Amino acid sequence: MKYGLLINEGPYQHQAVDSAYQFAKAAIAKGHEVFRVFFYHDGVNNATDFAVPPQDDRNITENWIKLAEENNIDMVVCIAAAQRRGLLDANEAERQGKRGDNIAPGYRISGLGQLVEAGIECDRLLTFGD
Amino acid sequence: MSEPWEDEVEGPVKKFMFVNRKSPYGTVYALESLEVVLITAAFDQDVSLVFSDDGVYQIKKGQNTDGIGMKNFSPTYRALEGYDVEKLYVDKESLEERGLTEDDLLVDVEVLSRAELADLMDDQDVVLSF
Repeated sequence: MKYGLLINEGPYQHQAVDSAYQFAKAAIAKGHEVFRVFFYHDGVNNATDFAVPPQDDRNITENWIKLAEENNIDMVVCIAAAQRRGLLDANEAERQGKRGDNIAPGYRISGLGQLVEAGIECDRLLTFGD
Repeated sequence: MSEPWEDEVEGPVKKFMFVNRKSPYGTVYALESLEVVLITAAFDQDVSLVFSDDGVYQIKKGQNTDGIGMKNFSPTYRALEGYDVEKLYVDKESLEERGLTEDDLLVDVEVLSRAELADLMDDQDVVLSF
């Protein structure tokens, strides 16, 4: 089955992104496809390149990058939600006159159309959040 | 005969239902969910909205946000019609539990029981809950 995942909560504060990650791994192990992960609401914070979690804890941002690379998952961060919360890629940082950019490589910034497209393209679109 | 600008490529149309469960200003879910609704409508999908639990407050008449320093986005619900989003459903029990009636709402809605809403949800392709 072809899955799209919507992640609506930020890292470490909430289990949503961890559940989504475990789901993605399990689904892929069973031969399913994860087509796209869309980060929305506070979920955009999962894409930050600047998080430094303690070494004995999981690194959520990097775990997703690895999983996405290995399985060709498209990881999309909502641009409007990201801008509100201070997450910018290099292009946006320059356009908005900000000093730096903080979206980790492997994630791409795009619009909500990518979420709708996942709803249309996928057999299932699963929401992780409150 | 269709006008040339209406001559779009026919894509797949799925039934998208947005379930709005949270009050409008306590968290950002309501505002950001509305953004997804508008984009989904722009993709010419079959869109419907459900308001349940504290989500019924999102469409309460007479919202005034002056005292909380936040933008009153409730007029956007009235603009949904312009995007051909006309299927708005409200959970009857949620209204009653909050001492509200249909007259307290700023848009035309269909008030349904929980059992009727469950049937409607069963009929959807994509249910997004915010």
